Amino acid sequence: MTVLAERHAVHEHAEHHEGPTGLLKWMTSTDHKVIGMNYMYTSLVMFFLAGLMALAIRLQLTSGTGGVLGLSNQQFDELFTMHGSLMLYLFAGPFAFGGLANFIVPLQVGAPDMAFPRLNALSYWLYLSGSITMVLGFLSAGGAAAFGWVGYAPLSEATFSPGAGPDLWILAIALTGFSAIFTAVNLVTTIFYLRSPGLTMFRLPLFTWAMLVTAILILIAFPILTAAMVMLFSDRHFQTHIYTVVGGGVPVLYQNLFWFFGHPEVYILALPYFGIVSEIIPVFSRKPMFGYKGMVFATMAIAALSTGVWAHHMFTTGTVLLPFFSLLSLLIAVPTGIKFFNWIGTMWRGQISFKVPMLFCVGFLFAFLMGGLTGVMLASPPIDFATHDTYFVVAHFHQVLVGTAVFAGFAGFYYWYPKFTGRMLREGLGQWHFWLMFVGFWVTFMPQYKLGLEGMPRRVATYVPGLDWQNLNIVSTVGAFVIAISFVFLLVNVWVSWRKPVPAGDNPWDGHTLEWFASSPPSHHNFERLPSVRSERPVWDFHHPDDLVITHSTNGNGKHRHPVTVGSGSDGGHE
Amino acid sequence: MNAPTTGSTGAAALKRYPRRLALAAAVALPFVLGGCQLPTFWGYRGSTAQAHDEFRLWSGTFIAAIVVGVITGFLIIWSIVRYRRRSDDVPRQFQYHFGLEVAYTVIPVIIVLILFGFTVVTENAVDDVAPHPAVSVDVNAFQWGWQFTYAGKGVSIEGETLNDPDPVGLNGAACAPADHCLGPGLVVPAGKTVRIYLRSKDTIHGFYVPQFNFSRYAQPGVLNKFDLTVQHSGIYRAQCTQFCGLYHSEMFFHVVALPPSQFQAWLSTEQSATTAAARSSSVSGQAATGATAATGHISTSTRKAAA
Repeated sequence: MTVLAERHAVHEHAEHHEGPTGLLKWMTSTDHKVIGMNYMYTSLVMFFLAGLMALAIRLQLTSGTGGVLGLSNQQFDELFTMHGSLMLYLFAGPFAFGGLANFIVPLQVGAPDMAFPRLNALSYWLYLSGSITMVLGFLSAGGAAAFGWVGYAPLSEATFSPGAGPDLWILAIALTGFSAIFTAVNLVTTIFYLRSPGLTMFRLPLFTWAMLVTAILILIAFPILTAAMVMLFSDRHFQTHIYTVVGGGVPVLYQNLFWFFGHPEVYILALPYFGIVSEIIPVFSRKPMFGYKGMVFATMAIAALSTGVWAHHMFTTGTVLLPFFSLLSLLIAVPTGIKFFNWIGTMWRGQISFKVPMLFCVGFLFAFLMGGLTGVMLASPPIDFATHDTYFVVAHFHQVLVGTAVFAGFAGFYYWYPKFTGRMLREGLGQWHFWLMFVGFWVTFMPQYKLGLEGMPRRVATYVPGLDWQNLNIVSTVGAFVIAISFVFLLVNVWVSWRKPVPAGDNPWDGHTLEWFASSPPSHHNFERLPSVRSERPVWDFHHPDDLVITHSTNGNGKHRHPVTVGSGSDGGHE
Repeated sequence: MNAPTTGSTGAAALKRYPRRLALAAAVALPFVLGGCQLPTFWGYRGSTAQAHDEFRLWSGTFIAAIVVGVITGFLIIWSIVRYRRRSDDVPRQFQYHFGLEVAYTVIPVIIVLILFGFTVVTENAVDDVAPHPAVSVDVNAFQWGWQFTYAGKGVSIEGETLNDPDPVGLNGAACAPADHCLGPGLVVPAGKTVRIYLRSKDTIHGFYVPQFNFSRYAQPGVLNKFDLTVQHSGIYRAQCTQFCGLYHSEMFFHVVALPPSQFQAWLSTEQSATTAAARSSSVSGQAATGATAATGHISTSTRKAAA
């Protein structure tokens, strides 16, 4: 019996899609792969810009009085505001749900493209114009926005932050917010309607599951943010006084609206990266994801809880019901813990190969373990009272976000790079990148926990020299430069793979999911044929028909699923 | 449900750890309840009664975090060392173990509920306000300074950034050490309950005294009240923690806890000084201490211009 679903239509289509090449192709394409790469390039540029800003911030803090750079307070405030804004709005989110998801989700569901290709292109152009708008703030007369990435009112009102920089910041968030919403609509539709035959919901790869849940969270959270920004803009220009006491407004409303976006946002930034890790660990352990269904439910539980925890950012405002938000925040540790133990269970008794993507996943596990434990502490209001707005919090969320967006994000980058380009990255350079990054990460952020516990507030340009905070700050700055150096190895690696390509083949890692069935890079409409989908690992089943998942309900010898036999001469481009 | 036979060794090992974790939590519990001999874990033991409650929660939580972190970390390290690839064999393809999955769902829920119980008890103690505090102080934060008004006493202290208009210290001496005495001083009696009414005149500020293990936002349109019972006389440095604009980094204050008799004496002196002359000129600032040399080049007038 043959198990390959032939897609004749693709062949006919392919003839008509020779289209423009070069720059024109990048600008006019509605191909999800081209748009995905556009997203990745743009978000990586934002990542490196924001990283350079972080280095400037760290240099400033090597001494209490301004360090070697001697930035003014205004310059420092602009830098930490834009560092946070670029990293969170323009890198961590778009890199995952704009870049990786755009490229990978249609492949993983066996679709020829996203459901709405032109809407997809619109998303990218909105994102790019939003990104440029935000960075242009530096060129405005009063400088870029300087009120932190959260833009708390009333500090962000025209009275306290006049000028065009803050307006550009608000506009940029509105633009990228719409971009995210459109991408979310596209992803949800694609996942619900364009799955290949046999790909039931409980056979979806966990990355696609993560993106589906993320997209739903985006649809819940981003409209709130956009609305909050529209109100802030009208406060600044039309004297609506929504967030100002003087006109009868309520300043704390801004915080509620912002964090009603902001906390789901934390999981919008985390779930896709959990999904990446859930793809890579099984492949490099040569095992199915342990507790796959539990993983899906854990993802949904995290998303559901994340809409009810926003006020844990507001414990010290004295305006929120502490026990409610504390309990829900603490409970998020439970599904997150389930994920952790499932990842460990996947590695357990596996055959783990420590190629670079897997190394980055292990780095993620340690980083997120530490960030998660301190997160549980901060979910307890009395401990938050003692550490709120100090470097303890800074260390916590950097460990969480660097753990996810950087460790897991670059795990995904190394993992799918052969699929994106058809070329391998070099292992040696990748290992240098990982180890320097790993060491730099701990050296940068562990001292910040101690600084926070001693009472060093965040967002300060100067500190009192007599308090002995300087040494820990210098250690942290050294760590930041080690991280920066590690990324030189990434850039060299990409350059080497470009100049001296090593062909990757279609399935260099013995992957499990459908993207490894397409050619590298995939052809215009992705697949000429598809294997039958009988589990969440169709490509593994195709290549290892005798090693299917063992059912848990027998004595351990039974095969859970029927072996898949393959028609002759139909190995679908597999080498 | 039975585990796959060869998978059971690993599964059973996994299953053992949550029990050890529960055991460790039981060992940690007396420490949590026992109080003062807990390790500090780089935090402050706390100089107020409220801070001491927070400290016990902090220390207990930290112990629990170490237990969970060590177990999980060990499992990760064990997996990556023990199961690194040694051959091209395909390992057994087991995927589910219902009992184990339930265990690592239920046990974290129990741990979280225990932590939540201690959290609620502690936050109620920290946020508790006494019916009759010994002293009430209206604290008003502004860009970039603090105003402390002693309700019904006719005394008000106001200072911007590094400047302390009233550098009172312990036992009649000037405030010292200099690095702890930046900004205006909030003078309170040690050992008595002090009620703080916290407001802001403009943006959001953070009232934060590290050694009190406590912070609270000062917000426009919101009146926050809380009690501080400073246990021993001393100088406690403090500063704004919620970013509030250009001179946020220099928005210092400090708490001066005096023995009650010295506090009464200080209050009387201030009252007579206030009645003698309007102290409004204090805003323009007597240079506080030598410590202002670090960043004190910013004069009050330029600061106002910047605002």
